Amino acid sequence: MESSIYKKKRNLLVFLVPAFLFMAVFLYYPFLKNIWNSFQNISSLGAAGKGWNEPWYSNYVKMAGDKNLRTALFNTLIMMAVTIVGQVGIAVVLALMVDNIKRGGKFFRTVYFFPIVISATALGLMFNLIFLYDKGMVNQFLEMLGKTGLTDWKDSAHALIIMMIPVMWQYVGFYFVILITGLNNIPEDLYEVAAIDGATRWQRVRYITLPLLRNVICTCVVLAVTGALKVFDLPWVMFPKGMPLGKTWLTGTYMYYQAFNTKNVDYSSAIAVLIVVLGIVTSKIVNKVFKEAEY
Amino acid sequence: MKNKKPVSIWNGLIYVVLSFWALTTIYPIFWIVMNSFKAKNEILANSFSLPLGDQFTLSNYKTAFERLNIFSAYRNSLIISCTVALVVVLLAGLASFALVRYRFRLKKFIYSLVIAGMMFPVFSTIIPVFRMLNVMHIANTSNLWMSLLSVALPQIAGNMSFAIVVLTGYIKSLPIELEEAAYLEGCSAYQIFFKVVVPLTKPSFATVAIFSFLWSYNDLFTQMFLLRLPEQRAITRLLNELTAMEGTNYGLMAAAVALVVIPVIIVYIILQKYIIKGMTAGAVKG
Repeated sequence: MESSIYKKKRNLLVFLVPAFLFMAVFLYYPFLKNIWNSFQNISSLGAAGKGWNEPWYSNYVKMAGDKNLRTALFNTLIMMAVTIVGQVGIAVVLALMVDNIKRGGKFFRTVYFFPIVISATALGLMFNLIFLYDKGMVNQFLEMLGKTGLTDWKDSAHALIIMMIPVMWQYVGFYFVILITGLNNIPEDLYEVAAIDGATRWQRVRYITLPLLRNVICTCVVLAVTGALKVFDLPWVMFPKGMPLGKTWLTGTYMYYQAFNTKNVDYSSAIAVLIVVLGIVTSKIVNKVFKEAEY
Repeated sequence: MKNKKPVSIWNGLIYVVLSFWALTTIYPIFWIVMNSFKAKNEILANSFSLPLGDQFTLSNYKTAFERLNIFSAYRNSLIISCTVALVVVLLAGLASFALVRYRFRLKKFIYSLVIAGMMFPVFSTIIPVFRMLNVMHIANTSNLWMSLLSVALPQIAGNMSFAIVVLTGYIKSLPIELEEAAYLEGCSAYQIFFKVVVPLTKPSFATVAIFSFLWSYNDLFTQMFLLRLPEQRAITRLLNELTAMEGTNYGLMAAAVALVVIPVIIVYIILQKYIIKGMTAGAVKG
């Protein structure tokens, strides 16, 4: 990579500065400022801090006693489990299946991936109509099957699960494509050798495919877990403000609510810090689990 | 392909499962488009039938165009998202080129800053960004252009890391001999970038541009913070307001969803190669 062209460092700044100026101003600085803000007293969005909180860490004390935040954290943990099992799990199964067929792989890839390019807001409205009480797609379908009476899918008994299904559904294709790419990188001869040794189809999957795919699966799980922390659009459109009865809070939606609806801007900043910490901790845990679990 | 004996029952089962999942992704969209051509009472009575004969109506679309500022929302979205895509591609391209080809101190550090940039969720930056844009009089004004710019700026920064990670990957794989040849012909570093590197990595630049565009077009959270006035709304923000405005007008909602989704689906079908590659390349390499 050593070349005489690129010895002149004069140009270097012109190349690098614009991009990093953007990131410094709109990413790194706000990130640090947000941590600072979480110790300040800020009464409205866009206002400056009015000095330190008393005591300075009071927002973090407040978190411990906040019932809604506890719901949000609990729901987010469930969301993580759902994304691991539902998104990555289904994606692994689908990817292994597509890897085993001769025709149509490309078609399935196109079809599975496309919910991801659609705005989650539009999907939220769509699922609102699908789960409409009087009478959306699901209730009409169940009626056709002979069920009498309508189910309110958005009541407090169903809300959580109805919120998570669309989120899960939307991103299966994403992990599917990552996994398919991983599968294509496994050398063909390994399967041939195994076939000569008389390995069954299942044994080939169990002893060749899955172990070689482990790093890719690990990447997917990390992405799924951190992705679960970033979910906002779909839940906010389907169940705004934690409806019904504050059952559907997620860390992201609760953070937005604190900033916008209750004007608790510094508390909202503290929740954002919590989201970042959770992201780092969970991805560390996932990496550790995958490193230690030997096949 | 793989050397496999045909086991027909097993294969049949696989196709059934795969087709089932394909159905879950296609049918809901099909259903919503179908129902956007029906009146509300028809949607509630028989939503599974095709909108033929008496059932067919365009009134939902008529209402959508009359009552919602769909065209101005489209325009706002296009302005924001095109700006984001262009600026991201240009600046990330230049930065990636420098990161790959030049040797300098702090290079490792700068690259890890890029990776770190991918980890910051938008939640953790939006409040200070809002205040900053407010102080600069970019956000929270009645000036349409300034408001659109206020959405574009943080989105550009948010896409930069991803773009740099993807583009450095591709620029690394270019043979340096071509650039050396251009240098001997008397090209400057800028000319080398625009006349050699960019043309050779065009597909990956396209990937990054499309991805940034879509991400910006679909992003509701930033728009919720920064677009306050109705006439400034971009398309996702408009959709979000729809539930509050016309919550029970189901035909109109279906039409609005169709109007937002169909352009994206068309773009996706034409450009899917680049889109799929881009969305996963950033993830795997990061």
